[in-house]
Amino acid sequence: MADKSSSNAYWKANIRTIQIFLVIWFVCSFGFGILLRPVLSGIGIGGTDLGFWFAQQGSILVFLVLIFAYAARMNKLDREHGVEE
Amino acid sequence: MDQFTLNLLVVGATFALYIGIAIWARAGSTAEFYAAGRGVHPVMNGMATGADWMSAASFISMAGIIAFGGYDTSAYLMGWTGGYVLLAMLLAPYLRKFGKFTVPEFIGDRFYSPTARLVAVICLIVASVTYVIGQMTGVGVAFSRFLEVSNATGLYIGAAIVFAYAVLGGMKGITYTQVAQYVVLIIAYTIPAIFISLQLTGNPLPPLGLFSNEVHTGQPLLQTLEGLVTDLGFKSYLNQSDTTLNMFLFTMSLMIGTAGLPHVIVRFFTVPKVADARSSAGWALVFIALLYLTAPAVAAMARMNLITTFYPEGTASQPLSVAEIEAGVDSHGNNLDWVKNWVTTGLLTVEDKNGDGLINYVGDKEANELTVNNDIMVLANPEIAQLPGWVIALVAAGGLAAALSTAAGLLLAISSAVSHDLIKGQLNPGISEKGELLAARISMGVAIAVATYLGLNPPGFAAQTVALAFGLAASSIFPALMMGIFSKRINNKGAVAGMLAGLIVTIIYIFLHKGWFFVPDTNSFTDADPLLLSIKSTSFGAVGALINFVVAYVVSSATEEPPVEVQELVESIRVPKGAGAATGH
Repeated sequence: MADKSSSNAYWKANIRTIQIFLVIWFVCSFGFGILLRPVLSGIGIGGTDLGFWFAQQGSILVFLVLIFAYAARMNKLDREHGVEE
Repeated sequence: MDQFTLNLLVVGATFALYIGIAIWARAGSTAEFYAAGRGVHPVMNGMATGADWMSAASFISMAGIIAFGGYDTSAYLMGWTGGYVLLAMLLAPYLRKFGKFTVPEFIGDRFYSPTARLVAVICLIVASVTYVIGQMTGVGVAFSRFLEVSNATGLYIGAAIVFAYAVLGGMKGITYTQVAQYVVLIIAYTIPAIFISLQLTGNPLPPLGLFSNEVHTGQPLLQTLEGLVTDLGFKSYLNQSDTTLNMFLFTMSLMIGTAGLPHVIVRFFTVPKVADARSSAGWALVFIALLYLTAPAVAAMARMNLITTFYPEGTASQPLSVAEIEAGVDSHGNNLDWVKNWVTTGLLTVEDKNGDGLINYVGDKEANELTVNNDIMVLANPEIAQLPGWVIALVAAGGLAAALSTAAGLLLAISSAVSHDLIKGQLNPGISEKGELLAARISMGVAIAVATYLGLNPPGFAAQTVALAFGLAASSIFPALMMGIFSKRINNKGAVAGMLAGLIVTIIYIFLHKGWFFVPDTNSFTDADPLLLSIKSTSFGAVGALINFVVAYVVSSATEEPPVEVQELVESIRVPKGAGAATGH
């Protein structure tokens, strides 16, 4: 078991990372795909608008990038804070 | 060789493969039955999770719903993929560190309460059984078509096969079988999509084809489709008709439901390390995304082919005649046997209401003479597009692979909840391994019987029923897990009160709209005119989850802090260091 202060710092860094990633997650799905679609309606793509693209394709691609980026970032944090297995 | 024989051969060959693998990897011990030891590589685990996850709802039902619902139904696409981001960041690594086999075990230990564990078992069973009903609907559709029998007969045959198959092996057998099933289902889904994308847009990649130009008109495919549906008086494919509130809540319910479904979470208990739990979620989404990026293309192209089949000269000219459908061929020589085959199942109907000898397919319900069950679109798609017989057979095999793999995973989650959490954990701790396995198998049998009975009169299309299951998981399990990890303050009373409040409010809202215990005609409201604002029963899970969070917080704040050793447990699951192999006891 790692000492308490290093695991506290590790947890704080993790929470910060999660917050940033959740904002991107929200903006690219609920934002661009639903709530902000009217704002993006001027940007055309393949016979429709950018909001439609995000709702049916773009959001999924963003999700994929997010998970692997999070996994990589956490592997780095694990090592930096000496809490890896 | 006729289509029927070809279907039997291809489906039979894939079944022989799964059963062979299941027998080869038969579970011997309870540990193997639940969690396949610890040796499952993240990529393999991701593939098996993909098969486990992508059910009849994703494979058979979803594209059909999008084909008829257009943009409004994007919630299925975002919701069933976005949940993996939550899973990877908020649940999977910590639950892996915790290192037990089942979700109720975590809830019972974290909230230091057998009652919490019991409530978690109930939530899990309610959500999973609802989910299995949706699978049985899909299985019924697939079997009725390829065996050319009625929908009910198809359902009985499917139930028997799912039972035999799930009882044979536990998680270990299922993991390897599911890798095979993933391969079958993804090939079956993408090959016809590639063919059709090439036919319509000249682009071999369906996700790109969706946003390309249609080869005949030279206009964007989606514009062409939009023109066809609006000409015939159907609702727009590209514009929003649903309310923003409902769409938002529906997407949210599906996302947090994904992260709260026990048969998916349990997958992440089986990877060797905490770091692998994170990347496993990513690999699972890679394999899922292959289908989910193809699905909207399948949807738009299937809808377009359906319309152009019934209006071979364009929507301004005459539709197909009754005589052409009876002859099984249109004036251009296109084969229409598929129409008659689907009529046999009762899932497609043609009725010349105005007696003009033509089948008018229009948006006006009174005048419309063709009804197509959403759930048949993916299976009928290759036939509508006049693809070769082996592709049609392959799609049938893929749909069955999707339904079987998920039904098996769910039955496993149900049986482990009953035998491991309920019987061994609470009623009879001294039960032998043999007795535990027997109880597991009996509970599988009961679950499948209930699901088959309710599957005869399902509360919706396969994907809609499954969406209800997600709402239930979202309102009960996800908030309890998340608070258990991210808060040290939530105590036993808060968690129990929260889970019960979320589950009960959500289930009552669903029953009010879908009938009590899904019995038809016992509902007081419909999703077309829902009780609260514009919130449909499929979208209510997000509201239930919010209720769960609020109740748990308020009750915990008013009562005592959790004991020190529980707070230490929370600290320890937050860091990967020191994760050993999972233990069952």
